[in-house]
Amino acid sequence: MHSDKLQQLQTQAKVIRRHIISMLGASGSGHPGGSLSAADIVTALYFEVMKINPNEPKWSERDRFVLSKGHAAPVLYAALAEKGYFDVAWLMTLRKLGSKLQGHPDMQKLPGVEMSTGSLGQGLSVANGMALAGKIDHKDYQVYVLLGDGEIQEGQVWEATMAAAHYKLDNVTAFLDHNGLQIDGCTKEVMSPEPVAEKWRAFGWQVLEIDGHDLAQIVQAVDQAKQTSGKPTMIVAKTVKGQGVSYMQGQVGWHGKAPDAEQVEQALRELA
Amino acid sequence: MSQKIATREAYGQTLLALGQENPNVVVLDADLSKSTKTYDFSQRYPERFFNMGVAEANMVATAAGLATAGKIPFCSTFAVFATGRAYDQVRNSVAYPHLNVKIAATHAGVTVGEDGGSHQSIEDIAIMRALPGFTIFVPADARETEAAIRAAAAIVGPVYIRLGRSGVPVIHDQNFKFTPGKAIQLQTGDDVTIIATGIMVAAALEAAGVLSKAGIKARVLDMHTIKPLDVVAIVAAARETGAVVTAEEHSIIGGLGSAVAEVLGEHQPVPLQRVGVPDLFGESGKPAELLEHFGLTANAITSAVQAVVARKQ
Repeated sequence: MHSDKLQQLQTQAKVIRRHIISMLGASGSGHPGGSLSAADIVTALYFEVMKINPNEPKWSERDRFVLSKGHAAPVLYAALAEKGYFDVAWLMTLRKLGSKLQGHPDMQKLPGVEMSTGSLGQGLSVANGMALAGKIDHKDYQVYVLLGDGEIQEGQVWEATMAAAHYKLDNVTAFLDHNGLQIDGCTKEVMSPEPVAEKWRAFGWQVLEIDGHDLAQIVQAVDQAKQTSGKPTMIVAKTVKGQGVSYMQGQVGWHGKAPDAEQVEQALRELA
Repeated sequence: MSQKIATREAYGQTLLALGQENPNVVVLDADLSKSTKTYDFSQRYPERFFNMGVAEANMVATAAGLATAGKIPFCSTFAVFATGRAYDQVRNSVAYPHLNVKIAATHAGVTVGEDGGSHQSIEDIAIMRALPGFTIFVPADARETEAAIRAAAAIVGPVYIRLGRSGVPVIHDQNFKFTPGKAIQLQTGDDVTIIATGIMVAAALEAAGVLSKAGIKARVLDMHTIKPLDVVAIVAAARETGAVVTAEEHSIIGGLGSAVAEVLGEHQPVPLQRVGVPDLFGESGKPAELLEHFGLTANAITSAVQAVVARKQ
Protein backbone atom coordinates (compact mmCIF):
# COMPACT_ATOMS: atom_id res chain seq x y z
CA MET A 1 0.00 0.00 0.00
CA HIS A 2 1.25 3.49 -0.86
CA SER A 3 2.39 5.45 2.16
CA ASP A 4 0.02 8.31 1.42
CA LYS A 5 -2.90 5.89 1.23
CA LEU A 6 -1.80 4.34 4.49
CA GLN A 7 -1.54 7.73 6.10
CA GLN A 8 -5.01 8.61 4.83
CA LEU A 9 -6.43 5.45 6.42
CA GLN A 10 -4.62 6.13 9.68
CA THR A 11 -6.09 9.61 9.77
CA GLN A 12 -9.53 8.15 9.05
CA ALA A 13 -9.14 5.65 11.88
CA LYS A 14 -8.34 8.50 14.21
CA VAL A 15 -11.49 10.34 13.12
CA ILE A 16 -13.49 7.16 13.78
CA ARG A 17 -11.98 6.89 17.24
CA ARG A 18 -12.80 10.53 17.97
CA HIS A 19 -16.41 9.92 16.96
CA ILE A 20 -16.58 6.89 19.25
CA ILE A 21 -15.41 8.94 22.22
CA SER A 22 -17.70 11.87 21.45
CA MET A 23 -20.74 9.64 20.92
CA LEU A 24 -20.21 7.75 24.14
CA GLY A 25 -19.60 10.96 26.02
CA ALA A 26 -22.90 12.30 24.72
CA SER A 27 -24.86 9.14 25.41
CA GLY A 28 -23.45 8.55 28.88
CA SER A 29 -23.42 4.78 28.31
CA GLY A 30 -22.08 2.26 25.81
CA HIS A 31 -19.00 0.21 25.01
CA PRO A 32 -15.78 2.10 24.28
CA GLY A 33 -13.16 -0.64 24.80
CA GLY A 34 -14.28 -3.04 22.10
CA SER A 35 -15.25 -0.23 19.74
CA LEU A 36 -11.74 1.21 19.88
CA SER A 37 -10.07 -2.18 19.51
CA ALA A 38 -12.03 -2.78 16.29
CA ALA A 39 -11.57 0.73 14.87
CA ASP A 40 -8.71 -0.09 12.52
CA ILE A 41 -10.37 -3.23 11.15
CA VAL A 42 -13.62 -1.37 10.50
CA THR A 43 -11.78 1.58 8.96
CA ALA A 44 -9.84 -0.68 6.59
CA LEU A 45 -13.05 -2.44 5.53
CA TYR A 46 -15.18 0.65 4.93
CA PHE A 47 -12.50 2.98 3.53
CA GLU A 48 -10.36 0.62 1.49
CA VAL A 49 -11.70 -2.88 1.09
CA MET A 50 -15.44 -3.02 0.63
CA LYS A 51 -17.36 -2.50 -2.58
CA ILE A 52 -20.30 -0.43 -1.31
CA ASN A 53 -22.44 2.50 -2.34
CA PRO A 54 -23.72 4.71 0.50
CA ASN A 55 -26.24 6.28 -1.90
CA GLU A 56 -27.71 2.86 -2.55
CA PRO A 57 -27.39 0.96 0.73
CA LYS A 58 -29.33 -2.06 -0.59
CA TRP A 59 -27.36 -2.38 -3.86
CA SER A 60 -27.54 -6.12 -4.57
CA GLU A 61 -23.88 -6.47 -5.60
CA ARG A 62 -22.47 -4.79 -2.48
CA ASP A 63 -20.07 -6.38 -0.06
CA ARG A 64 -21.62 -7.01 3.34
CA PHE A 65 -20.32 -6.39 6.83
CA VAL A 66 -21.90 -8.01 9.88
CA LEU A 67 -20.90 -6.67 13.28
CA SER A 68 -21.43 -9.84 15.25
CA LYS A 69 -20.11 -8.20 18.42
CA GLY A 70 -23.00 -5.75 18.26
CA HIS A 71 -22.03 -3.88 21.42
CA ALA A 72 -19.25 -2.26 19.36
CA ALA A 73 -22.03 -0.37 17.54
CA PRO A 74 -20.29 3.01 17.93
CA VAL A 75 -17.43 1.99 15.64
CA LEU A 76 -19.90 0.88 12.97
CA TYR A 77 -22.03 4.01 13.32
CA ALA A 78 -18.94 6.23 13.06
CA ALA A 79 -17.80 4.47 9.88
CA LEU A 80 -21.28 4.61 8.29
CA ALA A 81 -21.63 8.31 9.08
CA GLU A 82 -18.17 9.08 7.70
CA LYS A 83 -19.01 7.15 4.53
CA GLY A 84 -22.13 9.25 4.11
CA TYR A 85 -24.89 6.73 4.87
CA PHE A 86 -26.40 9.37 7.17
CA ASP A 87 -25.63 12.74 8.71
CA VAL A 88 -22.67 12.76 11.09
CA ALA A 89 -24.83 14.80 13.47
CA TRP A 90 -26.94 11.70 14.10
CA LEU A 91 -24.01 10.20 16.01
CA MET A 92 -24.79 12.43 18.98
CA THR A 93 -28.23 10.81 19.32
CA LEU A 94 -26.71 7.43 20.23
CA ARG A 95 -28.84 5.45 22.70
CA LYS A 96 -31.38 8.24 23.12
CA LEU A 97 -35.14 7.71 22.91
CA GLY A 98 -36.28 7.82 19.30
CA SER A 99 -32.76 7.59 17.87
CA LYS A 100 -31.95 5.48 14.83
CA LEU A 101 -28.69 4.69 16.60
CA GLN A 102 -29.85 2.03 19.03
CA GLY A 103 -27.62 0.66 21.78
CA HIS A 104 -26.98 -2.28 19.46
CA PRO A 105 -27.28 -2.07 15.64
CA ASP A 106 -30.81 -2.18 14.26
CA MET A 107 -31.06 -2.79 10.51
CA GLN A 108 -34.67 -1.69 10.52
CA LYS A 109 -33.76 1.78 11.73
CA LEU A 110 -30.36 2.69 10.32
CA PRO A 111 -29.27 2.63 6.66
CA GLY A 112 -26.08 0.68 6.06
CA VAL A 113 -26.57 -1.72 8.96
CA GLU A 114 -26.63 -5.15 7.30
CA MET A 115 -27.92 -7.09 10.29
CA SER A 116 -29.38 -6.37 13.70
CA THR A 117 -27.00 -7.80 16.26
CA GLY A 118 -26.45 -7.65 19.97
CA SER A 119 -27.21 -11.12 21.25
CA LEU A 120 -23.73 -12.57 20.82
CA GLY A 121 -22.72 -15.50 18.68
CA GLN A 122 -25.16 -15.10 15.79
CA GLY A 123 -23.30 -12.95 13.26
CA LEU A 124 -21.22 -15.64 11.62
CA SER A 125 -24.32 -17.73 10.94
CA VAL A 126 -25.98 -14.70 9.37
CA ALA A 127 -22.87 -13.97 7.30
CA ASN A 128 -22.94 -17.57 6.09
CA GLY A 129 -26.54 -17.11 4.98
CA MET A 130 -25.61 -13.99 3.02
CA ALA A 131 -22.71 -15.89 1.47
CA LEU A 132 -24.89 -18.87 0.53
CA ALA A 133 -27.30 -16.49 -1.20
CA GLY A 134 -24.34 -15.03 -3.10
CA LYS A 135 -23.33 -18.51 -4.23
CA ILE A 136 -26.87 -19.40 -5.34
CA ASP A 137 -27.12 -16.18 -7.35
CA HIS A 138 -23.56 -16.40 -8.73
CA LYS A 139 -22.75 -12.99 -7.34
CA ASP A 140 -19.19 -12.16 -6.42
CA TYR A 141 -19.80 -10.03 -3.34
CA GLN A 142 -17.80 -10.69 -0.21
CA VAL A 143 -19.19 -11.04 3.29
CA TYR A 144 -17.15 -9.74 6.21
CA VAL A 145 -17.98 -10.43 9.84
CA LEU A 146 -16.36 -9.24 13.05
CA LEU A 147 -16.41 -11.39 16.16
CA GLY A 148 -15.23 -10.65 19.67
CA ASP A 149 -12.95 -13.06 21.49
CA GLY A 150 -15.33 -13.23 24.44
CA GLU A 151 -18.18 -13.79 21.99
CA ILE A 152 -16.64 -16.97 20.62
CA GLN A 153 -17.46 -18.67 23.90
CA GLU A 154 -20.97 -18.95 22.43
CA GLY A 155 -21.46 -22.45 21.02
CA GLN A 156 -23.30 -21.22 17.94
CA VAL A 157 -20.06 -19.64 16.68
CA TRP A 158 -18.65 -23.14 16.30
CA GLU A 159 -21.78 -24.45 14.61
CA ALA A 160 -21.36 -21.64 12.09
CA THR A 161 -17.62 -22.24 11.82
CA MET A 162 -18.33 -25.86 10.89
CA ALA A 163 -21.01 -24.87 8.39
CA ALA A 164 -18.88 -22.25 6.61
CA ALA A 165 -16.17 -24.82 5.97
CA HIS A 166 -18.71 -27.50 5.01
CA TYR A 167 -20.28 -25.26 2.40
CA LYS A 168 -16.85 -23.98 1.25
CA LEU A 169 -17.82 -20.38 1.80
CA ASP A 170 -14.72 -18.70 0.41
CA ASN A 171 -16.79 -15.52 0.14
CA VAL A 172 -16.80 -15.27 3.95
CA THR A 173 -13.96 -13.49 5.71
CA ALA A 174 -14.18 -13.29 9.47
CA PHE A 175 -12.16 -11.12 11.82
CA LEU A 176 -11.53 -12.03 15.42
CA ASP A 177 -11.03 -8.88 17.47
CA HIS A 178 -8.57 -10.62 19.76
CA ASN A 179 -8.14 -8.11 22.58
CA GLY A 180 -8.09 -10.74 25.31
CA LEU A 181 -10.62 -9.04 27.56
CA GLN A 182 -14.31 -9.50 28.32
CA ILE A 183 -16.66 -7.99 30.89
CA ASP A 184 -15.59 -10.16 33.80
CA GLY A 185 -11.84 -10.09 33.08
CA CYS A 186 -9.27 -11.76 30.83
CA THR A 187 -10.77 -14.22 28.39
CA LYS A 188 -8.09 -16.70 29.41
CA GLU A 189 -9.32 -16.54 33.00
CA VAL A 190 -13.05 -16.32 32.40
CA MET A 191 -13.26 -19.14 29.83
CA SER A 192 -10.21 -19.56 27.67
CA PRO A 193 -10.94 -19.74 23.95
CA GLU A 194 -7.28 -20.49 23.22
CA PRO A 195 -5.68 -21.56 21.03
CA VAL A 196 -7.96 -19.72 18.62
CA ALA A 197 -5.94 -20.00 15.39
CA GLU A 198 -5.53 -23.75 15.78
CA LYS A 199 -9.23 -24.15 16.41
CA TRP A 200 -10.24 -22.48 13.14
CA ARG A 201 -7.55 -24.35 11.23
CA ALA A 202 -8.86 -27.61 12.65
CA PHE A 203 -12.33 -26.67 11.37
CA GLY A 204 -10.91 -26.31 7.85
CA TRP A 205 -10.52 -22.55 7.60
CA GLN A 206 -7.61 -20.56 6.28
CA VAL A 207 -6.28 -18.65 9.29
CA LEU A 208 -4.19 -15.49 9.07
CA GLU A 209 -2.70 -13.88 12.15
CA ILE A 210 -2.06 -10.16 12.07
CA ASP A 211 -1.64 -7.03 14.14
CA GLY A 212 -5.20 -5.69 14.22
CA HIS A 213 -3.99 -2.11 14.49
CA ASP A 214 -1.75 -2.27 11.41
CA LEU A 215 -3.93 -1.05 8.55
CA ALA A 216 -1.55 -2.35 5.88
CA GLN A 217 -1.59 -5.82 7.42
CA ILE A 218 -5.39 -5.77 7.62
CA VAL A 219 -5.77 -4.85 3.94
CA GLN A 220 -3.15 -7.37 2.89
CA ALA A 221 -4.83 -10.15 4.86
CA VAL A 222 -8.16 -9.39 3.19
CA ASP A 223 -6.48 -9.55 -0.22
CA GLN A 224 -5.11 -12.96 0.65
CA ALA A 225 -8.53 -14.08 1.84
CA LYS A 226 -10.12 -12.98 -1.43
CA GLN A 227 -7.56 -14.95 -3.44
CA THR A 228 -8.26 -18.13 -1.52
CA SER A 229 -10.90 -20.43 -2.93
CA GLY A 230 -12.72 -23.37 -1.43
CA LYS A 231 -12.53 -22.29 2.19
CA PRO A 232 -13.45 -19.35 4.42
CA THR A 233 -10.79 -17.21 6.06
CA MET A 234 -10.43 -16.23 9.69
CA ILE A 235 -8.19 -13.25 10.33
CA VAL A 236 -7.09 -13.40 13.93
CA ALA A 237 -6.36 -9.76 14.67
CA LYS A 238 -4.33 -9.14 17.79
CA THR A 239 -5.74 -5.96 19.26
CA VAL A 240 -5.69 -3.84 22.40
CA LYS A 241 -8.98 -3.04 24.08
CA GLY A 242 -9.40 0.73 24.25
CA GLN A 243 -6.62 1.26 21.66
CA GLY A 244 -5.77 4.92 21.15
CA VAL A 245 -6.88 6.25 24.53
CA SER A 246 -4.15 5.90 27.13
CA TYR A 247 -6.33 5.43 30.18
CA MET A 248 -8.57 2.87 28.45
CA GLN A 249 -5.92 0.70 26.83
CA GLY A 250 -5.91 -2.84 28.17
CA GLN A 251 -8.34 -1.86 30.94
CA VAL A 252 -11.23 -4.27 31.36
CA GLY A 253 -13.18 -1.61 33.25
CA TRP A 254 -13.70 0.27 29.98
CA HIS A 255 -15.68 -2.54 28.37
CA GLY A 256 -19.06 -0.99 28.98
CA LYS A 257 -18.63 2.40 30.61
CA ALA A 258 -18.82 5.84 29.02
CA PRO A 259 -16.17 8.49 29.67
CA ASP A 260 -17.19 11.62 31.58
CA ALA A 261 -16.68 15.12 30.17
CA GLU A 262 -13.14 15.46 31.43
CA GLN A 263 -12.20 12.00 30.19
CA VAL A 264 -13.73 12.79 26.80
CA GLU A 265 -11.60 15.91 26.59
CA GLN A 266 -8.42 14.02 27.44
CA ALA A 267 -9.21 11.25 24.95
CA LEU A 268 -9.89 13.73 22.17
CA ARG A 269 -6.59 15.50 22.94
CA GLU A 270 -4.78 12.18 22.62
CA LEU A 271 -6.55 11.44 19.35
CA ALA A 272 -5.95 14.88 17.86
CA MET B 1 -63.40 -37.31 6.12
CA SER B 2 -62.02 -40.82 5.70
CA GLN B 3 -58.67 -39.90 4.19
CA LYS B 4 -55.98 -39.01 6.75
CA ILE B 5 -52.89 -37.03 5.79
CA ALA B 6 -50.31 -35.53 8.14
CA THR B 7 -49.90 -31.79 7.74
CA ARG B 8 -46.12 -32.30 7.43
CA GLU B 9 -46.78 -34.41 4.31
CA ALA B 10 -48.77 -31.59 2.75
CA TYR B 11 -45.96 -29.20 3.66
CA GLY B 12 -43.40 -31.30 1.80
CA GLN B 13 -45.61 -31.47 -1.29
CA THR B 14 -46.30 -27.74 -1.24
CA LEU B 15 -42.60 -26.96 -0.94
CA LEU B 16 -41.97 -28.92 -4.13
CA ALA B 17 -44.52 -26.82 -5.97
CA LEU B 18 -43.18 -23.57 -4.51
CA GLY B 19 -39.66 -24.59 -5.46
CA GLN B 20 -40.73 -24.72 -9.06
CA GLU B 21 -42.79 -21.55 -8.96
CA ASN B 22 -40.37 -19.33 -7.08
CA PRO B 23 -36.59 -19.57 -7.50
CA ASN B 24 -36.09 -17.54 -4.32
CA VAL B 25 -37.57 -20.27 -2.13
CA VAL B 26 -34.78 -22.06 -0.25
CA VAL B 27 -35.08 -24.72 2.44
CA LEU B 28 -32.98 -25.44 5.52
CA ASP B 29 -33.23 -28.45 7.77
CA ALA B 30 -31.38 -29.74 10.81
CA ASP B 31 -30.87 -33.43 10.09
CA LEU B 32 -34.57 -34.24 10.13
CA SER B 33 -35.47 -33.81 6.47
CA LYS B 34 -37.12 -37.20 6.17
CA SER B 35 -39.28 -36.47 9.20
CA THR B 36 -40.10 -32.85 8.41
CA LYS B 37 -40.69 -33.85 4.76
CA THR B 38 -38.25 -31.37 3.27
CA TYR B 39 -36.39 -34.35 1.81
CA ASP B 40 -38.19 -34.33 -1.55
CA PHE B 41 -37.28 -30.67 -2.00
CA SER B 42 -33.65 -31.50 -1.19
CA GLN B 43 -33.61 -34.06 -3.97
CA ARG B 44 -35.40 -31.91 -6.55
CA TYR B 45 -33.57 -28.64 -5.77
CA PRO B 46 -30.26 -29.58 -4.13
CA GLU B 47 -28.71 -26.18 -4.90
CA ARG B 48 -31.43 -24.53 -2.82
CA PHE B 49 -31.46 -26.94 0.09
CA PHE B 50 -29.10 -26.70 3.05
CA ASN B 51 -28.82 -29.42 5.62
CA MET B 52 -27.31 -27.65 8.61
CA GLY B 53 -26.78 -30.76 10.69
CA VAL B 54 -27.92 -30.98 14.29
CA ALA B 55 -27.49 -27.25 14.85
CA GLU B 56 -30.84 -25.50 15.00
CA ALA B 57 -29.54 -22.17 16.29
CA ASN B 58 -27.13 -21.89 13.38
CA MET B 59 -29.85 -22.95 10.95
CA VAL B 60 -32.23 -20.18 11.98
CA ALA B 61 -29.60 -17.42 11.92
CA THR B 62 -28.29 -18.67 8.57
CA ALA B 63 -31.83 -18.43 7.24
CA ALA B 64 -31.88 -14.83 8.48
CA GLY B 65 -28.77 -14.10 6.42
CA LEU B 66 -30.34 -15.69 3.33
CA ALA B 67 -33.44 -13.54 3.85
CA THR B 68 -31.38 -10.33 3.92
CA ALA B 69 -30.25 -11.22 0.40
CA GLY B 70 -33.75 -11.69 -0.99
CA LYS B 71 -34.24 -15.41 -0.44
CA ILE B 72 -37.40 -16.86 1.09
CA PRO B 73 -36.03 -19.45 3.49
CA PHE B 74 -38.21 -22.16 4.99
CA CYS B 75 -36.55 -23.61 8.10
CA SER B 76 -37.72 -26.95 9.36
CA THR B 77 -37.16 -28.99 12.45
CA PHE B 78 -39.38 -30.26 15.26
CA ALA B 79 -41.43 -27.52 16.95
CA VAL B 80 -39.77 -28.16 20.29
CA PHE B 81 -36.35 -27.32 18.80
CA ALA B 82 -37.47 -24.53 16.48
CA THR B 83 -39.01 -22.53 19.30
CA GLY B 84 -36.93 -23.83 22.20
CA ARG B 85 -33.41 -24.63 21.14
CA ALA B 86 -33.31 -21.80 18.62
CA TYR B 87 -35.49 -19.32 20.49
CA ASP B 88 -32.89 -16.59 20.80
CA GLN B 89 -32.08 -16.80 17.09
CA VAL B 90 -35.78 -16.68 16.24
CA ARG B 91 -36.17 -13.67 18.50
CA ASN B 92 -33.07 -11.65 17.77
CA SER B 93 -32.09 -12.65 14.23
CA VAL B 94 -35.57 -13.15 12.73
CA ALA B 95 -38.32 -11.38 14.69
CA TYR B 96 -36.39 -8.32 15.86
CA PRO B 97 -35.14 -7.40 12.36
CA HIS B 98 -38.48 -8.61 10.92
CA LEU B 99 -36.77 -10.79 8.32
CA ASN B 100 -38.57 -12.85 5.72
CA VAL B 101 -37.95 -16.23 7.35
CA LYS B 102 -40.54 -19.01 7.54
CA ILE B 103 -40.27 -21.40 10.45
CA ALA B 104 -42.18 -24.53 9.41
CA ALA B 105 -42.09 -26.61 12.56
CA THR B 106 -43.31 -30.19 12.49
CA HIS B 107 -44.04 -32.71 15.24
CA ALA B 108 -45.89 -30.15 17.34
CA GLY B 109 -48.02 -31.24 20.25
CA VAL B 110 -48.49 -34.60 21.95
CA THR B 111 -49.22 -36.49 18.72
CA VAL B 112 -45.45 -36.82 18.34
CA GLY B 113 -46.30 -39.91 20.34
CA GLU B 114 -43.72 -42.42 21.47
CA ASP B 115 -40.73 -40.03 21.58
CA GLY B 116 -42.25 -38.60 24.73
CA GLY B 117 -42.39 -35.31 26.57
CA SER B 118 -38.89 -34.10 25.64
CA HIS B 119 -40.04 -33.94 22.03
CA GLN B 120 -43.65 -32.84 22.47
CA SER B 121 -43.98 -29.11 22.09
CA ILE B 122 -46.93 -27.91 24.12
CA GLU B 123 -45.75 -24.32 24.59
CA ASP B 124 -44.60 -23.19 21.13
CA ILE B 125 -47.69 -21.12 20.32
CA ALA B 126 -47.32 -19.30 23.64
CA ILE B 127 -43.68 -18.50 22.87
CA MET B 128 -44.23 -17.42 19.28
CA ARG B 129 -47.34 -15.39 20.08
CA ALA B 130 -45.30 -13.08 22.28
CA LEU B 131 -42.90 -12.10 19.48
CA PRO B 132 -43.88 -8.85 17.72
CA GLY B 133 -44.44 -9.12 13.98
CA PHE B 134 -44.70 -12.89 13.65
CA THR B 135 -47.62 -14.41 11.78
CA ILE B 136 -48.68 -17.79 13.22
CA PHE B 137 -50.55 -20.42 11.24
CA VAL B 138 -51.83 -23.68 12.70
CA PRO B 139 -53.43 -25.56 9.81
CA ALA B 140 -56.12 -28.15 10.49
CA ASP B 141 -55.62 -30.46 7.52
CA ALA B 142 -53.61 -31.07 4.37
CA ARG B 143 -55.52 -28.57 2.23
CA GLU B 144 -55.24 -25.85 4.82
CA THR B 145 -51.54 -26.61 5.14
CA GLU B 146 -50.99 -26.04 1.46
CA ALA B 147 -52.87 -22.76 1.68
CA ALA B 148 -50.95 -21.69 4.79
CA ILE B 149 -47.56 -22.50 3.28
CA ARG B 150 -48.45 -20.58 0.13
CA ALA B 151 -49.68 -17.67 2.21
CA ALA B 152 -46.47 -17.78 4.25
CA ALA B 153 -44.37 -17.56 1.11
CA ALA B 154 -46.37 -14.56 -0.06
CA ILE B 155 -46.15 -12.66 3.24
CA VAL B 156 -43.07 -10.44 3.55
CA GLY B 157 -41.99 -11.06 7.13
CA PRO B 158 -41.53 -13.82 9.66
CA VAL B 159 -44.09 -16.64 9.75
CA TYR B 160 -44.40 -19.62 12.07
CA ILE B 161 -46.31 -22.62 10.73
CA ARG B 162 -47.19 -25.33 13.23
CA LEU B 163 -47.40 -28.80 11.71
CA GLY B 164 -48.04 -32.28 13.02
CA ARG B 165 -46.57 -35.72 12.74
CA SER B 166 -49.71 -37.84 12.64
CA GLY B 167 -52.34 -38.23 9.96
CA VAL B 168 -55.39 -36.02 10.33
CA PRO B 169 -58.71 -36.08 8.43
CA VAL B 170 -59.14 -33.76 5.46
CA ILE B 171 -61.98 -31.47 6.55
CA HIS B 172 -61.85 -28.73 3.93
CA ASP B 173 -63.14 -29.18 0.41
CA GLN B 174 -61.08 -28.16 -2.58
CA ASN B 175 -62.78 -24.80 -2.94
CA PHE B 176 -62.39 -23.60 0.64
CA LYS B 177 -61.07 -20.09 1.04
CA PHE B 178 -58.05 -19.38 3.23
CA THR B 179 -57.47 -15.79 4.24
CA PRO B 180 -54.70 -15.14 6.77
CA GLY B 181 -56.17 -13.70 9.94
CA LYS B 182 -59.76 -14.69 9.11
CA ALA B 183 -61.36 -17.59 10.93
CA ILE B 184 -63.33 -20.05 8.84
CA GLN B 185 -66.84 -20.79 10.07
CA LEU B 186 -67.35 -24.49 9.45
CA GLN B 187 -70.71 -24.81 11.09
CA THR B 188 -73.40 -22.34 12.07
CA GLY B 189 -74.98 -22.34 15.50
CA ASP B 190 -76.37 -19.98 18.13
CA ASP B 191 -76.03 -21.83 21.44
CA VAL B 192 -72.27 -21.91 21.83
CA THR B 193 -69.12 -21.44 19.76
CA ILE B 194 -66.29 -23.91 19.54
CA ILE B 195 -63.09 -22.19 18.44
CA ALA B 196 -60.53 -24.78 17.45
CA THR B 197 -57.13 -24.82 15.83
CA GLY B 198 -54.94 -27.45 14.19
CA ILE B 199 -55.87 -31.07 14.62
CA MET B 200 -58.58 -30.14 17.13
CA VAL B 201 -60.76 -28.67 14.38
CA ALA B 202 -61.78 -32.17 13.29
CA ALA B 203 -62.59 -33.05 16.90
CA ALA B 204 -64.63 -29.86 17.21
CA LEU B 205 -66.71 -30.83 14.17
CA GLU B 206 -67.28 -34.26 15.61
CA ALA B 207 -68.32 -32.77 18.93
CA ALA B 208 -70.70 -30.37 17.18
CA GLY B 209 -72.37 -33.33 15.49
CA VAL B 210 -72.94 -35.08 18.81
CA LEU B 211 -74.17 -31.87 20.46
CA SER B 212 -76.58 -31.22 17.63
CA LYS B 213 -78.34 -34.49 18.39
CA ALA B 214 -78.62 -33.36 22.01
CA GLY B 215 -80.23 -30.13 20.87
CA ILE B 216 -77.24 -27.83 21.26
CA LYS B 217 -76.39 -25.92 18.11
CA ALA B 218 -72.67 -25.18 18.16
CA ARG B 219 -70.94 -22.72 15.86
CA VAL B 220 -67.53 -24.04 14.86
CA LEU B 221 -64.68 -21.72 13.97
CA ASP B 222 -61.43 -22.95 12.46
CA MET B 223 -58.90 -20.49 13.89
CA HIS B 224 -56.03 -21.34 11.55
CA THR B 225 -54.31 -18.02 12.22
CA ILE B 226 -53.35 -17.44 15.83
CA LYS B 227 -51.66 -14.17 15.02
CA PRO B 228 -53.00 -11.80 13.88
CA LEU B 229 -56.05 -13.16 15.68
CA ASP B 230 -59.52 -12.73 14.19
CA VAL B 231 -60.88 -10.58 17.01
CA VAL B 232 -63.98 -9.65 15.02
CA ALA B 233 -65.07 -13.28 14.60
CA ILE B 234 -64.42 -14.05 18.27
CA VAL B 235 -66.38 -11.06 19.55
CA ALA B 236 -69.26 -11.77 17.16
CA ALA B 237 -69.33 -15.41 18.24
CA ALA B 238 -69.41 -14.47 21.90
CA ARG B 239 -72.13 -11.89 21.37
CA GLU B 240 -74.29 -14.14 19.21
CA THR B 241 -73.85 -17.46 21.01
CA GLY B 242 -73.09 -16.35 24.58
CA ALA B 243 -70.51 -19.03 25.41
CA VAL B 244 -67.20 -20.19 24.02
CA VAL B 245 -65.10 -23.34 24.15
CA THR B 246 -61.56 -23.35 22.75
CA ALA B 247 -59.75 -26.50 21.62
CA GLU B 248 -56.06 -26.88 20.85
CA GLU B 249 -53.30 -29.47 21.00
CA HIS B 250 -51.23 -27.12 23.14
CA SER B 251 -50.98 -26.05 26.74
CA ILE B 252 -54.03 -24.19 27.99
CA ILE B 253 -51.49 -21.57 29.07
CA GLY B 254 -50.52 -19.06 26.40
CA GLY B 255 -52.08 -20.64 23.34
CA LEU B 256 -55.39 -20.24 21.52
CA GLY B 257 -57.42 -20.52 24.76
CA SER B 258 -55.44 -17.73 26.38
CA ALA B 259 -55.63 -15.57 23.27
CA VAL B 260 -59.41 -15.98 23.10
CA ALA B 261 -59.73 -15.31 26.85
CA GLU B 262 -57.84 -12.04 26.38
CA VAL B 263 -60.26 -10.97 23.65
CA LEU B 264 -63.37 -12.00 25.55
CA GLY B 265 -62.15 -10.36 28.75
CA GLU B 266 -61.64 -7.04 27.04
CA HIS B 267 -64.51 -7.01 24.55
CA GLN B 268 -67.30 -9.44 25.31
CA PRO B 269 -67.08 -11.39 28.58
CA VAL B 270 -68.97 -14.69 28.31
CA PRO B 271 -68.47 -18.11 29.92
CA LEU B 272 -65.36 -19.77 28.49
CA GLN B 273 -63.89 -23.22 28.83
CA ARG B 274 -60.48 -24.17 27.43
CA VAL B 275 -59.77 -27.65 26.09
CA GLY B 276 -56.05 -28.22 25.79
CA VAL B 277 -53.10 -29.84 27.48
CA PRO B 278 -53.29 -29.10 31.20
CA ASP B 279 -50.21 -27.49 32.81
CA LEU B 280 -48.15 -30.66 32.32
CA PHE B 281 -45.47 -32.04 30.01
CA GLY B 282 -46.34 -34.83 27.61
CA GLU B 283 -45.18 -38.42 27.79
CA SER B 284 -44.65 -41.51 25.64
CA GLY B 285 -47.56 -43.33 24.12
CA LYS B 286 -49.45 -43.75 20.88
CA PRO B 287 -50.81 -40.46 19.52
CA ALA B 288 -54.45 -41.55 19.95
CA GLU B 289 -53.76 -42.73 23.51
CA LEU B 290 -52.12 -39.42 24.35
CA LEU B 291 -55.00 -37.40 22.94
CA GLU B 292 -57.34 -39.43 25.14
CA HIS B 293 -55.00 -39.16 28.14
CA PHE B 294 -54.78 -35.38 27.95
CA GLY B 295 -58.44 -34.86 27.13
CA LEU B 296 -57.95 -33.67 23.55
CA THR B 297 -60.99 -35.41 22.11
CA ALA B 298 -64.44 -34.73 20.75
CA ASN B 299 -65.79 -36.12 24.02
CA ALA B 300 -63.79 -33.63 26.04
CA ILE B 301 -65.06 -30.81 23.85
CA THR B 302 -68.64 -32.04 24.23
CA SER B 303 -68.29 -32.04 28.01
CA ALA B 304 -66.73 -28.59 27.98
CA VAL B 305 -69.59 -27.30 25.85
CA GLN B 306 -72.18 -28.71 28.22
CA ALA B 307 -70.42 -27.13 31.17
CA VAL B 308 -70.10 -23.76 29.52
CA VAL B 309 -73.69 -23.74 28.27
CA ALA B 310 -74.86 -24.47 31.81
CA ARG B 311 -73.04 -21.33 32.94
CA LYS B 312 -74.88 -19.13 30.44
CA GLN B 313 -77.28 -16.68 32.06
